[in-house]
Amino acid sequence: MSGPSTFQPQNPVLKWIERRLPIFGLVHSSFVAYPTPRNLNYWWTFGGILSFMLGVQIITGIILAMHYTPHADLAFNSVEAIVRDVDYGWLLRYLHSNGASMFFIAVYIHMLRGLYYGSYKEPREVLWILGVIIYLLMMATGFMGYVLPWGQMSFWGATVITNLFSAIPYFGESIVTLLWGGYSVGNPTLNRFFSLHYLLPFVIAGVVVLHVWALHVAGQNNPAGVEPKTAKDTVPFTPYATIKDAFGLSCFILFYCWFIFYIPNYLGDPDNYIPANPGVTPAHIVPEWYYLPFYAILRSIPNKLAGVAAMFSAILVLAFLPWLDSAKTRSLRYRPLAKQFFWIFVGVCLGLGYLGAKPPEGVYVVAGRILTGCYFAYFLIVLPILSRIEKPRPVPNSIADDVLGKKGVVASLAAVFAVAGLLAWDSGSRAQAADHAPTPPSLNWSFAGPLGKFDQGQLQRGYKVYKEVCSACHSMNLVHYRNLADPGGPGFTVAQATALAAEIQVKDGPNDAGEMFERPGRIADKFPSPFPNENAARAANGGAAPPDLSLMAKARGYERGFPQFIFDAFTQFQEKGPNYIHAILTGFEDTPPHGFTLPEGSFYNKYFPGHAMKMPNPLSDDQITYEDGTPQKVDQYATDVAAFLMWAAEPKLEERKRIGLQVMIFMLIFAGLLYFTKRAVWADAH
Amino acid sequence: MTTSSSAGHSRRDFLFVATGAVAAVGAAAVAWPLVAQLNPDASTVAAGAPIEVDLSPIADGQDIKVFWRGKPIYIMHRTAKQIKEAQSVNVSSLPDPQPDSARVKEGHDQWLVVIGICTHLGCIPIAHEGSYDGFFCPCHGSQYDSSGRIRQGPAPLNLAIPPYAFVSDSKIKIG
Repeated sequence: MSGPSTFQPQNPVLKWIERRLPIFGLVHSSFVAYPTPRNLNYWWTFGGILSFMLGVQIITGIILAMHYTPHADLAFNSVEAIVRDVDYGWLLRYLHSNGASMFFIAVYIHMLRGLYYGSYKEPREVLWILGVIIYLLMMATGFMGYVLPWGQMSFWGATVITNLFSAIPYFGESIVTLLWGGYSVGNPTLNRFFSLHYLLPFVIAGVVVLHVWALHVAGQNNPAGVEPKTAKDTVPFTPYATIKDAFGLSCFILFYCWFIFYIPNYLGDPDNYIPANPGVTPAHIVPEWYYLPFYAILRSIPNKLAGVAAMFSAILVLAFLPWLDSAKTRSLRYRPLAKQFFWIFVGVCLGLGYLGAKPPEGVYVVAGRILTGCYFAYFLIVLPILSRIEKPRPVPNSIADDVLGKKGVVASLAAVFAVAGLLAWDSGSRAQAADHAPTPPSLNWSFAGPLGKFDQGQLQRGYKVYKEVCSACHSMNLVHYRNLADPGGPGFTVAQATALAAEIQVKDGPNDAGEMFERPGRIADKFPSPFPNENAARAANGGAAPPDLSLMAKARGYERGFPQFIFDAFTQFQEKGPNYIHAILTGFEDTPPHGFTLPEGSFYNKYFPGHAMKMPNPLSDDQITYEDGTPQKVDQYATDVAAFLMWAAEPKLEERKRIGLQVMIFMLIFAGLLYFTKRAVWADAH
Repeated sequence: MTTSSSAGHSRRDFLFVATGAVAAVGAAAVAWPLVAQLNPDASTVAAGAPIEVDLSPIADGQDIKVFWRGKPIYIMHRTAKQIKEAQSVNVSSLPDPQPDSARVKEGHDQWLVVIGICTHLGCIPIAHEGSYDGFFCPCHGSQYDSSGRIRQGPAPLNLAIPPYAFVSDSKIKIG
């Protein structure tokens, strides 16, 4: 993109086009002949990784939009229908939802790399500011995307974030009304967020073009921070940077696949598997992990307007970085003091992220204020002062000189995963209003781990428990009789599922006479609801409507604590839901402990948050007859029904893990080949 | 020296080709789910299960339209005149030759069950209209006879017969 191209096509057709539109020359000069510093390390592959992630998000997003219904009454179920009914819908949805997290992991690494190596300094100020704009657009896009599934966190996230604008003096309330299109967050809000969520990625793509353009005018920075002087300092973009980026990307995809196929809900919040309820705020409301540091800054300021201003300033201050840090030496490699402060700053950001996930009380508030102070001090005090007083070490004469002191690949890669892992751990620390309830014991589930499979006998027994006990009060609106015969499920035959469906009566109609009538259930029907509507369910159950059980095994969780939740990402622990369900069903106690006053109409359960549960103990020994000789004990019933509910919540679990194994093996082979190809290519350059 | 460097070259070429081939396989594998998601989803498939239709309310000379898999299905109770017309046509003179016996179920001559979608470009023909006592498509003027066979106009084929069977004399199961 800089200057006229030297590219001369030979093919007459290409020649003809090139004379009229020099697009091949543009591509050639930008992505083939373009000189890149030869000393770039793997931190520089994240630009390419980010372009890839933007592509993944746009492609999967366009496909999801083909199946999604942006309506307050239908959105939640349409997302579930994607996961359950659309071919590979679960894959596309997990690609997209985890893709957002991967996008942010990559962008944070990309930003910290720019910060460390001084990539914002002259002549790259505009390049850097365009990057800050992309980041802001990403945050807006990510937020609006999170609203679309219309779960509890979607709804309340939308409420809280839009209310930020109410802090603006005089115009605040009017702006919020404009954002909502109503008196509160509702269907108009969802519709406009859907529209904007579809639009913004293309705006991002446009700014990315400007970002790359600016990059190709100024040229890439490099770890030494000295500009290329001779041809020996650079290598052509293709094949050298291309193959290096491809190898870096393949490693990143492996990391991404781990989340998609094995821990797809690790970074999400269980509350978002509860449909939006405008009448109940979740006990502990947190944004997605990538906003947590800014959320912590917001909460640590006890004044509404000042808090919002601080939060936005924390992002905007980045745009002024080129002028706040006026040191001539770019790379922190040669600025020993600034380097130490940089790592302290990284720690401050991670600390803020950790605090953002904690309830705003006690020591967390104090710590939040200290770290907020440190965050701003780094930009407004430390960097300006350091750039004036610090005496940098001598920088190498040229990039070619710098290559002699090159560090190993392994160390860089290890660092990539360490930072990615650290960023990921923020999310695991979501409290589920544990209220001092003991942690549910972890059971051995057949479906846990990378090779996990459901035990068909257990699912059939669990279905029996559900049908004979749970279904008296609880609906399962997302599960259909046809699902009972789906592969990876309880293993009923189609004939058995049809017979089970025929046992129920379904209201259908109207018929030719305009009257509703009852007919026997069909395999396409969903499990019947015990109550005609929520009010009836509420009235019949002492004011607390029994929740739908379809997603119960993913909609409940509990805190695993630090550092356990980090290990959970590696051990693929995804069984909080079934553990919790089993614990609740076995956790009833006839007499509450001394000093606990049980409210009227409640029952004591040691695992239920707050302990006072409206549901009476539903299970007793020998209540349900098992035909396969399995012990008829409460513990067994609870285990079986928890497994059944896990299947109901994640019916494609077996397919996901099976395909996951194939993909992981393929990607390992591919990454290995790319590594050796990269070595072969770079052998010429050394 | 020459031999070892050419051996090195062929090893490198093999590596490049192998990497490229694996990349191509990966790209194809990625394309698969992106295309497969366009298929009808499981709920659509389940909703396309067979339906039963009671024929008893349909009087001689009347027709009804029911929907199966999103398609309109005409069930026409043919009059004796319509049956006679359908059976007496010279089959070989038709654009899409088919005897009436191949269009109805044996012993149920009075019942014509056809998918009401014009084989030209998918419009819905109007029953009991046109010059052949059958169907007339208002979009481009195709005319079908009382057996649902194309007689005149741009449509190339007879109206399609859905899979169906008589459960009893007055009830059919479509699908």
